Amino acid sequence: MTTQAMIESDTFQAAFEALDTQSPLHELRSKGFERFRELGFPTRRDEEWRYTNIKPITTTTFKPASGSITKESITPYTLSDTSCHQMVFVNGRFAAELSDVGTLEAGVRLESIATISESSFDMIAPHLGSCAEIEREVFTALNTAFIEDGLFLLVPRDVDLEKPVHVIFITTLGSAAVVTHPRILIVAEENSRATIIETYGSDGDGVCLTNPVTEIIVGENAIIDHYKIEQESEEAYHISSLNVRQHRSSNVTSHNYSFGGRLVRNNLNCALDDEGCEATFNGLTIGHGRQHVDNYLRIDHNKPNCNSWEYYKTVLDDQSRGVFCGRIYVAPDAQKTDAKQTSMNLLLSEEASITTMPQLDIFADDVKCTHGATIGQIEESQLFYLQSRGIDKVAAKTLLIYAFANETIAEIKIEELRTRLERVLLDRLPRGELLQGGL
Amino acid sequence: MSSTTTSDPIDQWEQTDEYKWGFVTDIESDTLPPGLNEDVVKAISAKKNEPDWLLQWRLEAYRNWLTMTEPNWQNLEYNKIDFQAISYYSAPKSDADRPKSLDEVDPKLLETYEKLGIPLEERAILAGVAVDAVFDSVSVATTFKDKLHEVGIIFCPFSEAVQEHPELVRKYLGSIVPPNDNFFAALNSAVFTDGSFVFIPKGVKCPMELSTYFRINAISTGQFERTLIIAEEGSHVSYLEGCTAPMRDENQLHAAVVELIAMKDATIKYSTIQNWYPGNAEGVGGIYNFVTKRGKCAGDNSRISWTQVETGSAITWKYPSCILQGDNSIGEFYSVALTNHHQKADTGTKMIHIGKNTKSYIISKGISAGVGRNTYRGQVKVLKQATNSRNFTQCDSMLMGDKCSAHTFPYIEVANSSSHIEHEATTSKIGEDQIFYCNQRGISTEDAISMIINGFCKEVFAELPMEFAVEAKKLLEVSLEGSVG
Repeated sequence: MTTQAMIESDTFQAAFEALDTQSPLHELRSKGFERFRELGFPTRRDEEWRYTNIKPITTTTFKPASGSITKESITPYTLSDTSCHQMVFVNGRFAAELSDVGTLEAGVRLESIATISESSFDMIAPHLGSCAEIEREVFTALNTAFIEDGLFLLVPRDVDLEKPVHVIFITTLGSAAVVTHPRILIVAEENSRATIIETYGSDGDGVCLTNPVTEIIVGENAIIDHYKIEQESEEAYHISSLNVRQHRSSNVTSHNYSFGGRLVRNNLNCALDDEGCEATFNGLTIGHGRQHVDNYLRIDHNKPNCNSWEYYKTVLDDQSRGVFCGRIYVAPDAQKTDAKQTSMNLLLSEEASITTMPQLDIFADDVKCTHGATIGQIEESQLFYLQSRGIDKVAAKTLLIYAFANETIAEIKIEELRTRLERVLLDRLPRGELLQGGL
Repeated sequence: MSSTTTSDPIDQWEQTDEYKWGFVTDIESDTLPPGLNEDVVKAISAKKNEPDWLLQWRLEAYRNWLTMTEPNWQNLEYNKIDFQAISYYSAPKSDADRPKSLDEVDPKLLETYEKLGIPLEERAILAGVAVDAVFDSVSVATTFKDKLHEVGIIFCPFSEAVQEHPELVRKYLGSIVPPNDNFFAALNSAVFTDGSFVFIPKGVKCPMELSTYFRINAISTGQFERTLIIAEEGSHVSYLEGCTAPMRDENQLHAAVVELIAMKDATIKYSTIQNWYPGNAEGVGGIYNFVTKRGKCAGDNSRISWTQVETGSAITWKYPSCILQGDNSIGEFYSVALTNHHQKADTGTKMIHIGKNTKSYIISKGISAGVGRNTYRGQVKVLKQATNSRNFTQCDSMLMGDKCSAHTFPYIEVANSSSHIEHEATTSKIGEDQIFYCNQRGISTEDAISMIINGFCKEVFAELPMEFAVEAKKLLEVSLEGSVG
């Protein structure tokens, strides 16, 4: 561990010691903290962090976030109350007054982790930490050390959760740098179905570190639709980790949208642990200013007859930087694997840069694995085509970027979310208002 | 090559007792005892009668090497190399030790030559039969040499170039692969014994493939080879290294360095066929082939093309690279890497786009059979100033059998918005339907597989000089023998 990291972990040490040792979560926290001390923060010498420098994080002293907000501050992020079960967390803590759980199907548990760990800890104990990798990922270890609150969702056998669960994490920002470690645990039992939307936002401007960890355990034949929307302040550091474990014939779709944040790193791990699983990972990154967005995927085909798709798009403007790493691992006996990986990138300015690493790690012979990556800019011929039809250059450019990026948004099944994200996308494009009316 | 008089600098070191491992100059075998220290570096330099600047250069590389650690990021495992157990200088065997005629050569080796269709007179040379016993070959080599000399091309062993063209060597040596570039390049820089030196003067198109000559001439080059090719403005050269015939070799570690420099409008085509001993079917023995190869398109409109067919060695670990500095320069990389039995290969390329309108083209075909492991690792880096640069990469893997593996680790870094980058990769196996189709038409399974593999590698073979393309095809067949069905 470097000296700087030592100092850093000492500030975390103080915060860790301040936690309630009587909590049933404490054993797990201690394990996480121990692992965090062992690993230390990565540097660019570590292969997995080669293109993302987290020095700004390790050189900042973060305080635990606190404070409250009004209903108005969350309106930019909400969907209408009737269309979803809404859970709001302010500075990492559950805010009952802003949430609206509504009516749930029989047997479904949708609670805050703080509540459930006090009332029936046994329910979460076998799952919490079961698929998040504290061994390998230091930020997951750090999150585990500070588990206090977050979302717990249990969808019992044969239940189809009709409305999506929308969980919003808001951090109030100010002069001091603050940190939150949200945790999400989703257990979908056999033949169940659920849709979860995670939205990350900020109230005000300032520096923060948001370090969420999501675990999804997907039972046999279960279907999970997961959305993650990053819309935090452009001074925010955001290091997230999504960990999925799939059982026989289950189906998971993940959508990952990054609009906000100064430095964003999304670790997405998916283990296909039994036959017949399908996993789809879609992503869209829109970067401008000095944003840095890094998506790091790993899909483990551990058993035969599973399919996976990765489809990631990045649009970068100004001095923004993007990183994509998608690794498909196929275990020695995972025959008949069909895996596809696509990374498409659009650079809009002279100063933007992208690094993409579509990797294949294959130990079985009867497989179909492909990957493709493209990096380019707006085609002159397409611009010319639109200009020749009387559309001015800026609008034509906007139209083409929109067409490129919107492909991943158009797939969103929740209509209200789709329109909202289309608007977010258009707001980021020059003269996007031109297209607003026409949608 | 050596003498026993006391004026010999080697003997002087011996007398000063600095070399505590009992340094003895054995005139018979002319081999340094195992071990590496500054005195060994000095001894090699002295044996080669090198000027002082080169000795200092070697020593600096050696000191750098001491501070470096062996890299461990590769997707390969190998037994730790004991660098003190290697002998760093061994002169070619004298004719007396060699087989007197083909009758004395291992019949198995001859059988392989037969399969590869190597001309009879070349077989003898490849098998290491004493040169004077080989009819005609010396005169053939001399004729070529005269022809090259006529147009002003310098093509000679590296040590000869040091003596005769020191100004050229000094100017370019280490300019592409600096002595401290990496662990194995530093080691090579300290202890390299020989290699090839090519200089193509301005405007000259080399009248022949340098391969033909090379194949006859460059047997028994050491395990630390150094190759330097300089193509002056408007010149053109095609160079082939290695050959299809299996090379018996005692040395386990091969750490060569190859540097290419292409000036304005120059073209260098560098082809490699590597078929060193891969170890037996259980993975015992075999060569470690850890090579640093790099070319620089220094001038505008220059072009460097790497073609490699890697079927030998227990472990192949190399990334022939191109630095595309000149505007409109082109870098190409065509590779077929085959791993059978316990062979491992971690190979690929680096294309660094610096100049405007630079283009790079990467075609990599990996074939794994047995428990072989095949890795493509490549980097395409586009710098900010490389406007309108273009890259196309295709890396395909074929798996034969369920114990082998294929890995692809591309790194694409782009910092310029006017660049176009495309990368695609596939992994597949030979379809049973394809085999069935061939069987149905009376083609045996073995032939069908060979046909399919050749089709798979066609784009790369098309880049090889014609006679080698034919041999490379057969080489794949031979290398895959027994792994099918």
